[in-house]
Amino acid sequence: MISPGATRVRLGALDDLPPREGRAVTVDGERIAVFRCDGGVRAVSNACPHAGGPLADGVVAGDTVTCPLHMRVVDLRTGEVSDCAGRVRVHDVMVEDGVIYLLRPEPRSEAHRA
Amino acid sequence: MGGTRRRLVVIGNGMVAATFLEELLGADAERFEVTVFGAEPHPAYDRIKLSTVLAGACEPESLTMLDEDWYTDHGVTLHAGCEVVALDRERQVVRDGTGRETPYDVCVLATGSDPIMPPIEGRHRGGVHTFRTLGDVHDIIEGGRRASGAVVIGGGLLGLEAAYGLRLRGVEVSVIHLMDRLMERQLDGVGARVLRGQLELMGMRVVMPAETASIVGNGRVEAITLRDGRVIDADLVVVACGIRPSTALARESGLTVGRGIVVDDRLRTSDPRVFAVGECSEHRGLLYGIVAPLNAQARVLAAHLRGDETAAFEGGIPATTLKVAGVQVFSAGVVDAEELDDLLTLEDTAAGVYKRVLLRDDRLRGAILVGDLSTAPQITAVIAGGATVNGNRLSLVAAPTGEPPTSVAAGLADEAVVCGCNGVTKATIVCAIRDQGCATRGEVTKCTRAAGSCGSCGSIVDALLAGCGVEASASSAEPDVCACVPLGLHALRAAIWERNLRSVQAVLETLGNGTGCAKCKIALSYHLDAWWCGDYEEDRSARFINDRVHANIQRDGTFSVVPRMFGGITTPAELRRIADVADRYAVPMVKVTGGQRLDLLGVRKEDLPAIWRDLGIVSGHAYAKAVRTVKTCVGSDFCRFGVGDSTALGIAFERMIWGLYTPHKLKSGVTGCPRNCAEVTVKDVGLVGIATGWELYVGGAAGMSVRKGDLLSTVATPEQALRHVALFVQHYREEARYLERTYHYLQRVGVDAVRAATVDAPAAEQEGLLERFALAKSRVREPWATEGASPRTPLQFGALPAAGPPEERELVGHAAAAPSPAFRSTQAMDRGEAMLAAAGVGVG
Ligand code: SRM
Ligand SMILES: Cc1cc2nc3c(=O)[nH]c(=O)nc-3n(C[C@H](O)[C@H](O)[C@H](O)COP(=O)(O)OP(=O)(O)OC[C@H]3O[C@@H](n4cnc5c(N)ncnc54)[C@H](O)[C@@H]3O)c2cc1C
Ligand code: SF4
Ligand code: FES
Repeated sequence: MISPGATRVRLGALDDLPPREGRAVTVDGERIAVFRCDGGVRAVSNACPHAGGPLADGVVAGDTVTCPLHMRVVDLRTGEVSDCAGRVRVHDVMVEDGVIYLLRPEPRSEAHRA
Repeated sequence: MGGTRRRLVVIGNGMVAATFLEELLGADAERFEVTVFGAEPHPAYDRIKLSTVLAGACEPESLTMLDEDWYTDHGVTLHAGCEVVALDRERQVVRDGTGRETPYDVCVLATGSDPIMPPIEGRHRGGVHTFRTLGDVHDIIEGGRRASGAVVIGGGLLGLEAAYGLRLRGVEVSVIHLMDRLMERQLDGVGARVLRGQLELMGMRVVMPAETASIVGNGRVEAITLRDGRVIDADLVVVACGIRPSTALARESGLTVGRGIVVDDRLRTSDPRVFAVGECSEHRGLLYGIVAPLNAQARVLAAHLRGDETAAFEGGIPATTLKVAGVQVFSAGVVDAEELDDLLTLEDTAAGVYKRVLLRDDRLRGAILVGDLSTAPQITAVIAGGATVNGNRLSLVAAPTGEPPTSVAAGLADEAVVCGCNGVTKATIVCAIRDQGCATRGEVTKCTRAAGSCGSCGSIVDALLAGCGVEASASSAEPDVCACVPLGLHALRAAIWERNLRSVQAVLETLGNGTGCAKCKIALSYHLDAWWCGDYEEDRSARFINDRVHANIQRDGTFSVVPRMFGGITTPAELRRIADVADRYAVPMVKVTGGQRLDLLGVRKEDLPAIWRDLGIVSGHAYAKAVRTVKTCVGSDFCRFGVGDSTALGIAFERMIWGLYTPHKLKSGVTGCPRNCAEVTVKDVGLVGIATGWELYVGGAAGMSVRKGDLLSTVATPEQALRHVALFVQHYREEARYLERTYHYLQRVGVDAVRAATVDAPAAEQEGLLERFALAKSRVREPWATEGASPRTPLQFGALPAAGPPEERELVGHAAAAPSPAFRSTQAMDRGEAMLAAAGVGVG
C-alpha cells in the first residue's frame, strides 16, 4: 500500500505502545498521536479540533478515542469528531518487524501546494 | 452547432462562480461555450473551510468544489492562475495577463473581494499575512511552524477563524480588535461576550478595544505595538480587517460601481451583456459577504441565462450559519435592537449559549444564536416564509435544549432551509434519503451538498436520517452503567462476582458489547476495584489520563502536581522541598489550593517522575475520583474556643482513608467546634467537635450545588468517629454509582437508609464493611513512589522517539505543553495589581 514516492518515518517500537493506549510523537514539527487499537495501529494529528486537546492522552474504545479535555469522540479511521465541525487529520501507518512507521505520500513541503 | 453556442466568459473562479457554473451547465452543457479565468492557481474550492486547512484538520485538496475533470467533462475552458486585466466592452473581449484576448457574448464578473490591508506602519515586514486564499493559508502555515506567538488583527469572522486555526496548531494567539465587541456585524453585546468566553476557554487571548499602531521587528515581525502603548510579542501576524469588493476591472471598464458592482434583480450591470454575482456585486444598495445569498444570486443568474424570464434575486434577510472558531453562530438580519422591537432572549453563559430574536409587529427582523443552533431551522423557515411569525414565538429561542433534534427536524416545514450555506431544504434532504437511498450524513452531503460547507446543520441531517428510520433509535430503559453494558448496578455486581470477572475487557466481552466506550470503561475500572477490594487486573487503557500518569491534565496538556498534606499540616522541611522543586523544574505557578495544600501547576508530563522523586511526598490524588483532602482547623491545640483536637483527628482520618478510589471525589474535614472554621458541614464527610464528642455529617456540598450534610451519627470518642467514617466510606464505595457524589447518593437513597446500612447495621454487617475496607486499604499502592521509579507501562510519561534530526526528537506529551518560561504566579500577581488599580477605589 506504499504508493510510489512515499516516504516512511520510523516512529518507534510496537512494544512501546501498550494495547488500547496512545502515545504522542512529533514528526517534522507535526504533533501526531499513535494508538494501538484492537484492529491495528492508527495515527491522527494530536490536537483535538475542539480546543487542541492532546488526543494521545485519550481513552481508546474500538476505533475511537475520547479526548481527555472535553470528551469529544474522535473516529480514528475517518478523523470525524462528535459534536464538532472540525476533523482531525488521519495519517497512514504501518508496522513491520515490530517497528511502527508513518507513511508520507510525498515530501512534506509539497503537500500544501494544491 | 458551434456557431449557435453563445460565448460566455466568467471572470473569477471562486465559490459563487462554481455554484453558477454547476447550475448553468448541470443539465445541458451545450448551450454555451464557456471560458473561465481564475487568478488563483487552483480549480474552484470552498473558501469557508480555509480555517480547517489552517488548523491542519484537512488537506487543501479536500476543499475542491469542481475538480479539473469537471471542467473538461462540461467543455469548459479553464485558465487557472490567469488574471483578467482588462474588460473591453466596446469590442466585447477580455484581455488576460498574458496579453491574450478572449471574445464574449455574455460576460459574468465573479471577482469576489480583496482583503483590506490598513496602512499600519511596518505592514510590509516578513511574517505579516492576509487570510483569504489557499496561498495565504500556505504562507501562514509555513510561518506558523516557527511561530511561538501570533497576533491576529481584527476580531471579525475571518480574524477569529484564523486565530482558531493557529490555536489548534499550538500557537499562542492574541486577537486585537478595534471595537468593544467581537463580530459586531453579526453579534450584539451579549452574544459577543458569550463567544468571547468560549474563545478564551480555548486559550485565545482577546485584546479590545485596541488599535494597532505599528508592526515592529528587524526585517521580520517581532512584536506589534498598540496605540495605548502596549506591546505584544509576535512572530506571526495575520491581518483580517475586512474585505472590499474587487471592482477595479469593472470600474476601469466604465461600469456603474458603487461600493460594489451595481446590479439589478437579474444580476445585470449597467451593460446588458455583463453580469456580476458574488461578493463583488452590490444589489439594492447591499453588499453580501456570506455564501447563502450569493449562491442564490448564482442560481438566479443561471436560470436567467437559460431562458427563465421570471428568475429574479430580491435580496432578503441575510441569514447565515457560521462556525466561528469552532463555536456555532447563527446571525440573521438586523443586529442592533431599536426601541420598538420586541426581544426574545435566552442566555446560559456557563454553557456558552445565547439566543436572541428581534421582532416587530410579529415580523422577524433579526436573530442571533450562539452555541446552540437548534432553533436556526425554525428561524430560517420563518424568514423563507416572508418573516411573519405565527403561533408560538418562544419556540424560536426556547425549543430544543434537551429536546432531541429528531423532533425539531420533524417539526420543520418541507420548504424550510436546513443547510443555509447551500440552500438545501428539508424536502430535498428527505427525498435524497427516501428516494435516492442515502443512508449516512456523508451520502446526503454528496447527493445534496447539505452539511457540506460549514457543517453546522449536520445534526439536523442526522435527525432527518433517523426520522426516516435509517438508524434504529436508542434502546428503551436507561441502564445503570452504560448502554455498552446494559445491566443495572446490582445485577452487574452479582454477575461480576459470580463469573469471577476481574478485568474491564473481560466484563465488556462477557456482559457487554465487547468494545465499550470511554464512559463505561472508566466506570468499570472503578467498580471492579471497589467490588474486588483492589484485587483485580487494572487495565490502564481503561483509565482516564489522570489515573495513568497520576496528575491532573490541564487545558494546555500540561499537568498539575498536588502533594498530600495530611490534615493541611506541613513542616518547614517539606515546604523547602516543594520550593526547591518549583525552582528546579521551572514550575510556572505555585498556588495554595482551596483544599489546604499546595499545587504546582503547568508541569510537563515527562518531568513528573523526577518531580515526585525530589518531593519525596505522597500523592494528594487531586487528579482522581478518590480520597482527596481532610481539611482541619487548628482546634483545641491553639484555638481559645476549640473543644476537639481537630488537627490530630484530621490527620488520623486522612491516614485511615487516603489512597482509596471512591465513586466520585471524597473531600472531608474536621473542625474543632461548631463555629466550623473548616467548613465541614458542606463536605462529603465532616466531623464537628462538640463538648460531648463528635458529630458526623455526610453528603454535604459546596461546589456546583450547596447542601448541608446530613447528620449520620453523634459519638463520644475520636476512635468511634473514625470507625463510623470507615463504615460510611466503604458503604459509599460499594453502593454508589460511578460519578455519584455523596450529596447525590444521599439525596437518592436518604440518610435513614444509609444509617441503617452503616452505623445502625447489625454487628456482623459492620464487621464485613470494615474487613473489606481494611482489605482494600491494604492493597493500595502509592503511585508516585512506585511508578515514578519504575513505569507501569512503556513510555508512561514519554512519547515515541521517531526518527529524524535530534531537534525533532525533543518530545513532549503535547507540543503546547512546554511551559512558558515566565513564572505565572508573578503574572497572576501583576494581573491582580492591575485590576486593583483599574477599580479606581483609591487603593493600589
Ligand atoms: C486546585 C483546586 C483549586 C484551587 O486552586 O484551590 C481545584 C481545582 C480543580 N477542581 Fe475543584 N479544586 C479545588 C478545590 C475545590 C473545592 C474546595 C475544597 O476542596 O474544599 C471545591 C468545592 C467542594 C466540592 O468539591 O464540591 C471544588 C469543586 C469542584 C467541582 C464541583 C464538584 C461538585 O460536584 O459540585 C469540580 C467539578 C467536578 O468534580 O466535576 C471541580 C474540579 C476541579 C478540577 C479538577 C477540574 C478538572 O477536572 O480539571 C480543577 C483542576 C485544575 C487544574 O488544572 O489542576 N472542583 N474544588 C482545589 C484543589 C483542592 C485540593 O487541594 O485538592
Ligand atoms: C476564511 C474564510 C471563512 C469564511 N467563512 C464563511 C462562513 O462560515 N460562512 C459564509 O457564508 N461565508 C464565509 N466566508 C465568506 C465566503 O467565503 C465568501 O462569501 C465567498 O467565497 C464569496 O464567493 P465569491 O465567488 O463571490 O468570491 P471568491 O470566493 O473570493 O472568488 C473570487 C475569485 O475571483 C478571482 N478573481 C478576482 N479578480 C479576478 C480577475 N481579474 N481575473 C481572474 N480572477 C479574478 C479571485 O482570485 C477569487 O479566486 C468565509 C471567507 C473566508 C475567507
Ligand atoms: S472552629 Fe473552633 S476551634 Fe476551630 S478555629 Fe474555629 S473557633 Fe477555633
Ligand atoms: S479539546 Fe478535545 S474535546 Fe475539547
